[in-house]
Amino acid sequence: MTNTRSSARNAARATPAVTASQAIPLAREGAAVELRNVVKDYAGHRALTGVNLSIAPGELVALLGPSGCGKTTVLRALSGLEAISDGQIRIDGADVAGLPVNRRDIGMVFQSYSLFPHMTVTQNVEFGLQMRRVDAASRRARAVDAIEMVGLGHLGGRYAHQLSGGQQQRVALARALVTRPRVLLLDEPLSALDAKVRVQLRDEIRRIQTELGITTVFVTHDQEEALAVADRVAVMRDGNIEQIGSPEQLYTQPATSFVATFVGLSNPVAAILAGATVTAYGATLPVLGTAPADGPVTAYIRPEDIALGSRGIPATVVASSFLGSLRRTQVRLADDSLLFVQHDVRERPVSGEPVFIEFAGHPVAVSEREE
Amino acid sequence: MTVSTATATTSDPIAPKAVRGSPVGPRSFAAEPGRVVRGIILGIVGVVFLVPIVAMIEFSLRVGQPVDGRQAYGFQHFVAVFDPVNSRAYGVLFQGIVNSIGICAITVLIVLVLLLPTMIFVELKFPGLRRALEFVCIIPITIPSIVLVVGFVPVYSVVAGIFGSHPWTLSFAVGIIVLPYAYRPIAANLRAIEVVVLSEASRSLGAGWTSVLTRVILPNLRRGILSSVFITIAVVLGEYTIASFLSQNTFQTALILVQHTDPYVAVIFALFALIFAFVLLVFIGRLGSGSPRPRRGGPRRLTRRPE
Repeated sequence: MTNTRSSARNAARATPAVTASQAIPLAREGAAVELRNVVKDYAGHRALTGVNLSIAPGELVALLGPSGCGKTTVLRALSGLEAISDGQIRIDGADVAGLPVNRRDIGMVFQSYSLFPHMTVTQNVEFGLQMRRVDAASRRARAVDAIEMVGLGHLGGRYAHQLSGGQQQRVALARALVTRPRVLLLDEPLSALDAKVRVQLRDEIRRIQTELGITTVFVTHDQEEALAVADRVAVMRDGNIEQIGSPEQLYTQPATSFVATFVGLSNPVAAILAGATVTAYGATLPVLGTAPADGPVTAYIRPEDIALGSRGIPATVVASSFLGSLRRTQVRLADDSLLFVQHDVRERPVSGEPVFIEFAGHPVAVSEREE
Repeated sequence: MTVSTATATTSDPIAPKAVRGSPVGPRSFAAEPGRVVRGIILGIVGVVFLVPIVAMIEFSLRVGQPVDGRQAYGFQHFVAVFDPVNSRAYGVLFQGIVNSIGICAITVLIVLVLLLPTMIFVELKFPGLRRALEFVCIIPITIPSIVLVVGFVPVYSVVAGIFGSHPWTLSFAVGIIVLPYAYRPIAANLRAIEVVVLSEASRSLGAGWTSVLTRVILPNLRRGILSSVFITIAVVLGEYTIASFLSQNTFQTALILVQHTDPYVAVIFALFALIFAFVLLVFIGRLGSGSPRPRRGGPRRLTRRPE
């Protein structure tokens, strides 16, 4: 047992680099995916309230949102695991809403690995090809290619319980890709992994997806993961898409207060809106996008848009955290408001120290003030 | 682009690390008993089981009455069981064994054809009914056999009218008696393999429901199904009340019958039945530690490899 364990550990360390040429046999044109007014009702509860989403061939779209927002329901509706109550789901123009999951030609990776415990890695990967009645020789060759592609060529004879979580998820990815599906669906595939493996596999998923050009939908509740991996991110709330755009767009131009607070860290501050600017703590800042009527509003200021300085708004340091390449300090203003300030690691404010803060003057998102 | 997010704070390297373990002294109370205590418990339990078995063996080997306080021993009674001369005397016993085997086979069929698909169906499609099914399956264990028999008698007058009064019809009643025992191993196995996720994964790979069932679910339920089947057989071979009250000749009723004329043979067969049940249980235990095993919830300790 010990030998098996140590050999598995060594094997994990010796995970070979993957080359683009190995992935070629799996390459296939990505498909266009479109959801039109998709509604999903559960008993007495509307989980999706008319979702519209267009995904270009080969694009990776991340569905991001808090628990219960409907992101997994969208994915399951797209896969066919959940029947929709209304609307259309089109893959390459054809409405697939009436097709069962096994006829939609999709690949899916689940959060909980879902490898078949009674099969080896190779048998797991071959399963989808067996279902498509691919002959044994081609099946084996394609399975070997797919396992090589995820860097586990040396573990083909292992069972799921003999693999680490990261290795199991790689096998699940190979299994989903080996059938050359039109669309790849990833349902929080990294959330069961530890932080280091999560980042490694995240980057690997992105690399393989780019190489294969497969249209991919990636569900996650981790904003950092979504921003890092996706071409576009759809932020979901209450069964619908709140905003969709590139990661940079979402971060710098949030369309709503929800997006501003959900994507990245924002400091909500009381401000007065007048035309295209808001005034907060005596500073005047330009407003992003559409704004509510003039008057009292909440402005959302990013921590990196606030600086510690020798003049400006007086504040007191509450706590300061070292985050590697930067430092984040929480300060308390005279009106007891708490703000996060992001700054250089070489500045080391200590708790209780009086400081001044300044707003950088970058545009901010605003919303009507909630009493 | 440097994106600083709220989640970044969770990986704060200066955050206090979780304390592993606690300062437990060498004489602290452990979660499980020590080796000596375990040995004593096992010894007592072993004696409790061994005494009647040894007594049965000793009794079955007796030859004649004690002379001057000394008992002679031999294998005469064992040989007599298989002597053709006694075939008429012990015919009822062998017929009872044949009947019991038939009842076993049909009862196992009921478990496999009725209970197993129902459990899988409920797990996959109606998980909300899981508790109701469990309740229904557990009920027979809460009702004394004699009470059940009182209920079965009028039912069996109808059954006899349809199928005739054959011993195998007892399978319908025994099929209900074994429900609690057959349900448990399959239910535990179903929970352990995450049957919903596995079926969804196989469906997404292009498998139809037949393939999902035969290639994915049933192979992973092998251990639960076999345990269930063997326990069912053990329960059927131990059932006496219903067979007796419904006037059917089974192994158990024949044993009681023969006991009145030849107690040695009755004990020999009881011994065989015990050994058979013991072998079954050992076999179930071996199955429980077989490989490959489920990823979690299985009977063995997890040995997942580190990253």
